[in-house]
Amino acid sequence: MASHEAKHTISVLVENEFGVLTRVAGLFSGRGFNIESLSVAPTLDDSISRMTIVTSGDERILEQITKQLNKLIDTIKVIDFTDSEYVEREMALIKVQATEDTRAEVLRIVDIFRGNVVDVTARSYTMEITGAPSKIKAVIDLLKPIGIQEIVRSGPVVLGRGAKGWNG
Amino acid sequence: MKRTGSQILLESLLQEEVDTVFGYPGGTVINIYNDLLDYPIKHILTRHEQAAVHSADGYARATGKVGVAIATSGPGATNTVTGIATAYMDSIPMVVITGQVPTPLIGNDAFQEADIVGITRSITKHNYLVKDVRDLSRIVKQAFYIARTGRPGPVLIDLPKDVQLATTEFAYPESVELRGYKPTISGNVRQVEKAAKMIMAARRPVLYVGGGATASDAGKDLIAFAELLQTPVVTTLMGMAAFPTGHPLSLGMLGMHGTYYANMAVTNSDLLIAIGARFDDRVTGRVAAFAPKAKIVHIDIDPTSIKKNVRVDLPIVGELRDVIGKISSKLQEDKDQIAALSEHTAPWRSQIDSWRAQYPMTYKSSDKVIKPQYVIEKIRELTREDAIIATEVGQHQMWTAQFFNFCHPRTFLTSGGLGTMGFGLPAALGAQVACPDRQVIDISGDGSFQMNSQELATLVQYKLPVKIAILNNNFLGMVRQWQQLFFDRRYSQTPLDVPIDFVKLAEAYGATGLLADKPDQVESVIRKALDTPGPVLMEFRVDREENVMPMVPAGAAIDEMVLAS
Repeated sequence: MASHEAKHTISVLVENEFGVLTRVAGLFSGRGFNIESLSVAPTLDDSISRMTIVTSGDERILEQITKQLNKLIDTIKVIDFTDSEYVEREMALIKVQATEDTRAEVLRIVDIFRGNVVDVTARSYTMEITGAPSKIKAVIDLLKPIGIQEIVRSGPVVLGRGAKGWNG
Repeated sequence: MKRTGSQILLESLLQEEVDTVFGYPGGTVINIYNDLLDYPIKHILTRHEQAAVHSADGYARATGKVGVAIATSGPGATNTVTGIATAYMDSIPMVVITGQVPTPLIGNDAFQEADIVGITRSITKHNYLVKDVRDLSRIVKQAFYIARTGRPGPVLIDLPKDVQLATTEFAYPESVELRGYKPTISGNVRQVEKAAKMIMAARRPVLYVGGGATASDAGKDLIAFAELLQTPVVTTLMGMAAFPTGHPLSLGMLGMHGTYYANMAVTNSDLLIAIGARFDDRVTGRVAAFAPKAKIVHIDIDPTSIKKNVRVDLPIVGELRDVIGKISSKLQEDKDQIAALSEHTAPWRSQIDSWRAQYPMTYKSSDKVIKPQYVIEKIRELTREDAIIATEVGQHQMWTAQFFNFCHPRTFLTSGGLGTMGFGLPAALGAQVACPDRQVIDISGDGSFQMNSQELATLVQYKLPVKIAILNNNFLGMVRQWQQLFFDRRYSQTPLDVPIDFVKLAEAYGATGLLADKPDQVESVIRKALDTPGPVLMEFRVDREENVMPMVPAGAAIDEMVLAS
């Protein structure tokens, strides 16, 4: 069962209009579809926003999700990345306790994962980590024992591999 | 010349050739109502906003045109919700215009403010909040276009009071630009060819016709298609009148209260061709046992309907007439093939005939108590072939579907998807406004009727000669039936024990009331009602515990019917 309930990443290009986020979110909640994460921002053409939605479900549910998204009047294009090659990145900002004993360890971890420290105090580091969600999870697992004060994740964004792009 | 938002709205309605709107005035639409006096648009004042929307819906169902309703903000808008949801479930083209508090007050919990765009988001095909008067004509144009094209549906326009008062130049757009909305009209040729092959290979084919056939006005095409293939036809509640019930190939309705032979045909078919239907749970019964031996071809303009509830072997997205026409042409390329097909499927048709003979659609008649089915049969007998029949929801609705032989599309107005009690009377009202010369009958139960009985006043005010037939059993009959069959006759809250004098109620509104409580009075009451000008309410005191049969119990397969109680 678990293998059928796989994660799927979908990009949705929508009219950058009032209420469009509610339409998409409402569609998912109203029809009982899952949203694991959702990120949204305007594209080069600021009349179009691009959403990246990570969802889960079997093949039938995924087909319904893409069809229902397409049915929204404000939806311009739906791209399902399930069977294609794509690059996926997520960013996390993590505020970690950094006492005298742990400061060096924290910096080492930041270094290993090619993160950046973006804010420093006497008692904390705030770092920026970018990568696939699995990488973010690895960093979190390592930092947890040291003491994470606060964390925010952007949710993944994806783009298909290759030279071809959706113009927008 | 500059015009106000409310004038632009009305100008736009004229551009859309709207001649009638249904509505109810209020504070945030007072300017629209003021300007309405200067426009050649007929306004029908219902007595409840829900009824205004159902009336616009009935108007749309009877004509195929876009129905239009107007309501004020807040409670006016929230009262439209049931009407909008009803239209949405049944894919009825409609534009609902609501007033809204002035834009600077939106979000402030102002008097009579409700976020109707938020509330109706999931029950409209699309909706708009107009924030700038310069967008208004474009939005109205888009709203009508969206409502009537593709799979039709209701669109709501929320119009704040200050936008109604703001002014700009009026220019109605010539075309609609919606990059996210391009319904597929033309069926894919390769899919069509596959369908033709599957049809040629079938030995036990069935056409399963839904409301899409009415929405796309495909009635004639369907008859031609069924006759070409010599294929039996089952219809959903929404598809009933799209294919004439009296046609030799018609097996009537399938599903929970379908005919024995329709359900047997579907269960034993080897090819089920779904045409503008959506495999509702009331149709399929237990999904795993639905049409288990059949390959399924699903033709629909809405891709989301396909593979939503059942597996589909061949999906074809497109407008029904286009797809059916293409399949027919493909099949007709080889005349011998067609002749052979009819021959191959002859044993199947005789099998169905024997099912039909075994358990025909029937009921136990009585000369002591009025059988509700008898009333339905008599109404059919005494009305014209093109009479428009509206129903409410419940037992009377199912009996109408089972015993009224519908001859023409758009003559059966019923809330199929949402199952809205109180729909029939206002829908009949709207249909009568649209078709003043036709006979319009609302077949009702005593429960449903009381959900919008105030519309008797509207019928009287506009001299609309709608005839109402209440099958009065002093019960919420359908729920009572379930309680009888599945809850050990524990009639919880289903007896309507106050004996309402419906005749007096009709008379109180200035309509005519007639009563029949013996079988031999039924015919004379119907005749008298049909001969009486203006609205007439007929009350038939019917057998209180008559059940709708056959019945597929919840969770059962559709061939596991209870045939009689």
